[in-house]
Amino acid sequence: MPLSVQETEVKNPPVSRPPLDPHLKALENEAIHIFREVAAEFENPVMLYSVGKDSSVLLHLARKAFYPGRVPFPLLHVDTTWKFKEMIEFRDEIAAKYDLDLVVHTNPRGAEEGITPFSHGSSFYTDIMKTEALRQALDAGGYDAAFGGARRDEEASRAKERIYSFRTPDHKWDPRNQRPELWNVYNGMIRKGESVRAFPLSNWTEVDIWRYIQAEDIPLVPLYYAAERPYVERDGMMILAEDPRLELLPGETVQQGMIRFRTLGCFPLTGAIRSTASNLEEVIAELEIATVSERQGRAIDRDQSGSMEKKKREGYF
Amino acid sequence: MTAPAQTASATILPFAEPLKAVRDTRPLRLITCGSVDDGKSTLIGRLLWDTKAVKEDQAATLARDSGSQNDLGLPDFALLLDGLQAEREQGITIDVAYRYFSTDRRSFIVADTPGHEQYTRNMATGASTADLAILLADARAGLLEQTRRHATIASLMGIRQFVLAVNKIDLVHYDKAVFDRISHDFREFALSLGVRQITAIPMSALKGENVVYPADASMPWYDGPTLVDALELATVRSTQAGGFRLPVQRVVRPGESFRGYQGTVAGGSVKPGDSVVILPSGTVANVKQIVTFDLVRNAAVAGDAITLVLDRQVDVARGDVIVSLDGQPMTGHHFDAQLVSLQPGGIEPGKRYWLKSGSRRQRVAVEPISQLELATGKWQPHASTLAMNAIGKVRLSFEELAVFDAYDQNRSTGAFILIDPDTLNTVAGGMITAKRGEVGGIHREDQRVVLSLPADLAEQLMASELFANRRDETEVKRMTAKQAAELFSNAGGDI
Repeated sequence: MPLSVQETEVKNPPVSRPPLDPHLKALENEAIHIFREVAAEFENPVMLYSVGKDSSVLLHLARKAFYPGRVPFPLLHVDTTWKFKEMIEFRDEIAAKYDLDLVVHTNPRGAEEGITPFSHGSSFYTDIMKTEALRQALDAGGYDAAFGGARRDEEASRAKERIYSFRTPDHKWDPRNQRPELWNVYNGMIRKGESVRAFPLSNWTEVDIWRYIQAEDIPLVPLYYAAERPYVERDGMMILAEDPRLELLPGETVQQGMIRFRTLGCFPLTGAIRSTASNLEEVIAELEIATVSERQGRAIDRDQSGSMEKKKREGYF
Repeated sequence: MTAPAQTASATILPFAEPLKAVRDTRPLRLITCGSVDDGKSTLIGRLLWDTKAVKEDQAATLARDSGSQNDLGLPDFALLLDGLQAEREQGITIDVAYRYFSTDRRSFIVADTPGHEQYTRNMATGASTADLAILLADARAGLLEQTRRHATIASLMGIRQFVLAVNKIDLVHYDKAVFDRISHDFREFALSLGVRQITAIPMSALKGENVVYPADASMPWYDGPTLVDALELATVRSTQAGGFRLPVQRVVRPGESFRGYQGTVAGGSVKPGDSVVILPSGTVANVKQIVTFDLVRNAAVAGDAITLVLDRQVDVARGDVIVSLDGQPMTGHHFDAQLVSLQPGGIEPGKRYWLKSGSRRQRVAVEPISQLELATGKWQPHASTLAMNAIGKVRLSFEELAVFDAYDQNRSTGAFILIDPDTLNTVAGGMITAKRGEVGGIHREDQRVVLSLPADLAEQLMASELFANRRDETEVKRMTAKQAAELFSNAGGDI
């Protein structure tokens, strides 16, 4: 007896939306192609899920790529324990809503050795709680492919990254000996222990991400929208002041203001911007006249030029 | 401590004009090529700068790294582009980098490739996805061999639109005669490659003349487009005209009742009710449904990522190609191809490689025939290893039936990569030119056939695609009927 697709669909039936413009459609098609290719070629893929806007787009594309099937791999969140509270709530909500397999990993050294962004500085803290934690989680899961939401427009060394980015068994990236990548024919052949990081959003820009979120009505952590929030100014950044672990330094005061975040990471390392953009339309309008890049708010990128390349060589996304 | 200045720069400036975000076309993919000192980095930097793709904090990092600005008060654009530490240290571009900028009318993806000769392979990589090539020439130096090489590679990779940027025109006092001479030379050369869409633009990337903004004051004699005008008008490659092609990436079976074939349409279009053939098996079926996340669709065209449902139970696996019943691709065990050798070991005759095309991976033996001499554009016989960066014509022999279109018909189903089974690295990018006939005896190793034909018949044969594709393997001499008869009476052997 023939059955229609709708009858096999059990959860989250799609809604009708106006068609995407050709620009976003082309980016979406490319991303779906990459998702399907990796899922077919690798034995044990995983998707890095950072709960941010790029991850939200990535997840949406994964659901589209495998529809009417289920997303055929787990999501991995590397939780430093210093993420914004709202990020964790949002993560758990989404995992339940979309019936996803969620793996959460925290590097035990954080608690054992008392490594925090305050006590050890952003560079060492990031090495341990993000880069090393990611390696631990990937090794533990035995994943041979990991999807990430990195975009080439984010940073100079990422502009050189392949869509299938090859990693040695100890997760090293060798930017000088990357595999050539022609057309949309990807080489997924690796040896045991080696892996690839796959980047379906490689060709997206920040504006594309936001316009796609709008067009597809993708839910986001509310921190991306401006609201009256408490913050302190430190090292030229506005840090959200709601977590009791944030200790005020001499001379610092908690202020109130309309702020929002362009990227989300660990709250002590992520600077807010002053903004009145409290909904998606306003965020996009603001973005299109922005004169600074989104990573400007990230303390870890500013340590030195080439710092992203260094972190990536060591296994950071 | 009061808030340092950086906080202020993080605030959104309220007075700038919002950009329009209306884009009614797909992104145009382009490649920039030129010699080391033609000013390529400056040109791309200028494009990004004048289209506001460089943000203030990136410029500040640049200013800090370069320590100085040029005399126009702009940062050193090369530092913006060369993202790897080795590149910054050596002052050269090593790898392909991708840049993004947009205008009110369109968005652009630039593959920024190195100018050094030893990085030909990177250029081929960037060119593989490009719709258009910008070729740079220094107005003082004219067309260099390297520019010709790059144009040759770009045309081989299927690029049919060229923009010639005659850069540093300010250094020849905006001399129209210099521009005319270089663009004339280039036009002739490009036509010889079969490229007919050529736009030549005189510019100064450093001063920003004719890049984004016109330069009526310094070049009143030029009334053509600026670079960005030309890019906005360029066409995005489309393979919607040919037969339907769907390389199957995955089979999706969420329940007993549903079986769908997932992939990206690589050519043509499809709608429910269409008759299709599954290759290589040759099984015929009809399209029942086109499924996507958003809705069940009534048609899909080249570029769409879809899930196809057929009207009957058939055996379809990853690597198969679902094609239209009318206008099928070529199937066979032997094909002719051109390839670019990408790795230090080269491409070895007789070695068995993995070939991946679309979603299909199969074993192949490669036999080099000839190699392109980039300096002259001539194909020279070459049966040994094709060294890194070499462009060669080869014969491919498959153990299992292979399915291809010619690359000039379809840039998806006509393209492939070779993977070395020992290193698992990608060692070549290739383009199918034709299926090789399997006529017994006619092309046994080292055997040649000399024909004597009436001139009009010979001309018709030579005009055929089959002949044209292998023109470099043939020798043709014209002579009188009497001379031909004498030649034949002296020659031994017959068919």
